[in-house]
Amino acid sequence: MEALTWTGSMAWLNPVLGVAVIVALCAYLLQIALSFIPNAEMRSVGSGSVSTADQGLSGLLGRIGAYGFLAALALLLVYVLAGVVMGPGAGIFGGLSRQLLPVWIALVMLFAVSITYKRRLGLYGKLFDSTVGMIGFGLVMFWVFAGVFGGVFDMLITHDSLSQVSGMKNKLPGTPLARAEPEDYQWFLLGGDNLARDVFSRLIKGSWVVVQIAPMATLFAFMVGITLGLPAGYYGGKLDVFLSFLANLILAFPVILLFYLLVTPEIVRTGIPNYMALVLFIFPLVFLAVLLNSRFYTQPSLRTPLLIVALGIAGWLYLSLVSTGGAIVDAPTYRMPGLPASLDLFDIDPGVLVVFVSVVFVNAPTVFRIVRGLALDIKTRDYVAAAQTRGEGPWYIMLWEILPNARGPLIVDFCLRIGYTTILLGTLGFFGLGLESESPDWGTTINAGRRLLALYPHAAIAPAVALLSLVLGLNLLADGLREESLRD
Amino acid sequence: MGIFILRRLGLMLLTALCLTFIVFWLTNLYPNLEKLAKTQGNFRMSDEAVTSYLENRGYLQPTPVKFGQWLGVMPGWVTEAEDGTVTGRCFSSTTPTEDRPRFCGVLQGDWGFSTVFKENVGATVLTRLALTGKLMLCVLALMVPCALIVGVLAGMREGSRLDRSLSTFSIATTATPEYVSGVIFIALLASSRFGISPWLAEMGWIDGKTLFLGSATSAMKDATFWNFFLPVLTISLYGMGYIARMTRASMTEVMTAQYIRTARLKGVKFRDIVLKHALRNALIAPFTVIMLQIPWLLNGVVIVETLFNYKGFGWLLVQAAANNDIELLLAVSVVSVIVVLATQLISDIGYVFLNPRIRIT
Repeated sequence: MEALTWTGSMAWLNPVLGVAVIVALCAYLLQIALSFIPNAEMRSVGSGSVSTADQGLSGLLGRIGAYGFLAALALLLVYVLAGVVMGPGAGIFGGLSRQLLPVWIALVMLFAVSITYKRRLGLYGKLFDSTVGMIGFGLVMFWVFAGVFGGVFDMLITHDSLSQVSGMKNKLPGTPLARAEPEDYQWFLLGGDNLARDVFSRLIKGSWVVVQIAPMATLFAFMVGITLGLPAGYYGGKLDVFLSFLANLILAFPVILLFYLLVTPEIVRTGIPNYMALVLFIFPLVFLAVLLNSRFYTQPSLRTPLLIVALGIAGWLYLSLVSTGGAIVDAPTYRMPGLPASLDLFDIDPGVLVVFVSVVFVNAPTVFRIVRGLALDIKTRDYVAAAQTRGEGPWYIMLWEILPNARGPLIVDFCLRIGYTTILLGTLGFFGLGLESESPDWGTTINAGRRLLALYPHAAIAPAVALLSLVLGLNLLADGLREESLRD
Repeated sequence: MGIFILRRLGLMLLTALCLTFIVFWLTNLYPNLEKLAKTQGNFRMSDEAVTSYLENRGYLQPTPVKFGQWLGVMPGWVTEAEDGTVTGRCFSSTTPTEDRPRFCGVLQGDWGFSTVFKENVGATVLTRLALTGKLMLCVLALMVPCALIVGVLAGMREGSRLDRSLSTFSIATTATPEYVSGVIFIALLASSRFGISPWLAEMGWIDGKTLFLGSATSAMKDATFWNFFLPVLTISLYGMGYIARMTRASMTEVMTAQYIRTARLKGVKFRDIVLKHALRNALIAPFTVIMLQIPWLLNGVVIVETLFNYKGFGWLLVQAAANNDIELLLAVSVVSVIVVLATQLISDIGYVFLNPRIRIT
């Protein structure tokens, strides 16, 4: 079996792609350079500084650039399609694209459905009016689908992400598998790492870890931030001073020092992360209870059963989350009993729990400050005054008048913050904190790969590029959402 | 103004006290102390040996008492061994009795003794801070001008091709954490087998084997472009995007202001409008952002110093935290907290000076 090249039998297309990219780049650069030279046709129109750029030499260059860019995109699509048809015949890219076929199908279906019904889908539908937003959403959903298909259903991966194959240590991308059985996948598509494991399979498995933890941690941080930030902004006074002081206290900590203090095996043994989990995870429960009660307290016949059912389910989830093996805290010296193991829905690995808790802890104060600022701003509006005159309770006003009106900035910040959380998770992995060392998540993999960076960079580059693309996607998505929510 | 600064300084002191107490408490939890005893003594110590080791060195007193001793507001511990030798926090058994001070803590200028480096904490922190100061200075010298130029160029014609290219660039840099860009830079520019260095060496355009050096250890003694540029670039890039976006937002806002339109209607040249009328007002907001960005650079410094093996303050933080070196860790956290709070104060005061419309009451 021969080693694969990057593009295999599609190599004849490479020069064409190169030409297209160079044409697009040159045209754009020239157009930008031209815009510095004042000329009579480049008049500004309107109150903004929108220039008439579709005429003259500058417009021509713009159009050439656009054609080059579109041609490059089309060529990339050809590579993907050829890969799907020919598989590894079209080189490493072909092999990757064949392996990722379920992801492509899911992406195409999602985009087709969303674009067809975009007028009925509210803010989500409006996202498909902005190119930047669509690119961002595509990147994010690519990793979400890769995580779900690869992490849950074991579909995309070519080899087991933990098994070591002798003879494959630090092998370059496209190396054929040593002593392969016929039923094995014949290549290490993105090479082997320094423990002779398949980089591609670990990349896909790692995406599941990230896609799971980052949004959940951000959601919890938002629950904490909203539940504390709304009263701080609405009531003001001593409560505000006290909560703001606490938030500033946590924010003044260098993040990495905090991680080193919280995420060490010694601290885990004292049970402090479990106590923090106990406190931090109660906030969604409080939020839910207050949300429902403030809305329906005038109709007790509906409110009471609703609260019992909702809080029962949420409480069960909460207890399952905080207790492991029948105990909430299981330190060597003492034990705090929790939900019995037979009722426990799921167990969370202690390493994951402590990472989760510390990421929520770091993010919550920032969310608190944003929500507090928004609440301070919105509480002066007329509709809040109207609600006060109607005699609505303070929590009804906070949760059903102020919060819905603050949703725009909050949704945008949510997207940005998932990206930031992903970066934080990577930082934890980079310092070898929290998750165990064979965990496939991207930060840990980068940390493992950086020791041999100058000789075998592929093991660290693959997760680095993956993390970059996911965070970039989230940033672009947030940008698109901001643009679209400002439009109306 | 004076009262405002005094109040802020008081708040700073309170915050610093609370934070150091939290660090103190976390590092003095029993499992941490046990680990410390085992790394300092030997790994096969029995539980009794660990307890007596800690007892003799005053680690088992109540946490507030220990904190008071560290601060220098309570007398240091004194232990008398069975054979009559007396040791204490503030002196060793060989110090003459009349020279033995009762108090020794931060207030007396004694920052303690590092268990990892076997040195005085104060001196260790100072040497490392000087090294990081060099790095930060280079970072600021690269990052701030680049970010401002990118932001102003993008913001002066909103919606143009230049604006869109530069905005995309800014978003891309904010999405690239230091450990990602550092890894990519090393692989591309500082590897003798991959990236562009082998190609450049073959063409004879560079003298050595690589374009840049992937380790900055030699830059601690004498920093050159060759061994120092990659770490500086890595830190700058991540912070740059955010400042550039803020500058762009501020610039676009100024460019739509009435007085700019008036200047344009008068027939002032576009270049003069940007340089003379818009720029000054557009640079007020980025000043605050730059100051508030400095604490974030601290994070980048820790990552980059670890990645490039530059033994500065960030590297010290990692060493102290990984080995539970209590007094070193406390000094490190005090320094970083002061950096955070001082930059906040400076940004507030600077904002008032730059923007005469704001008054502090």
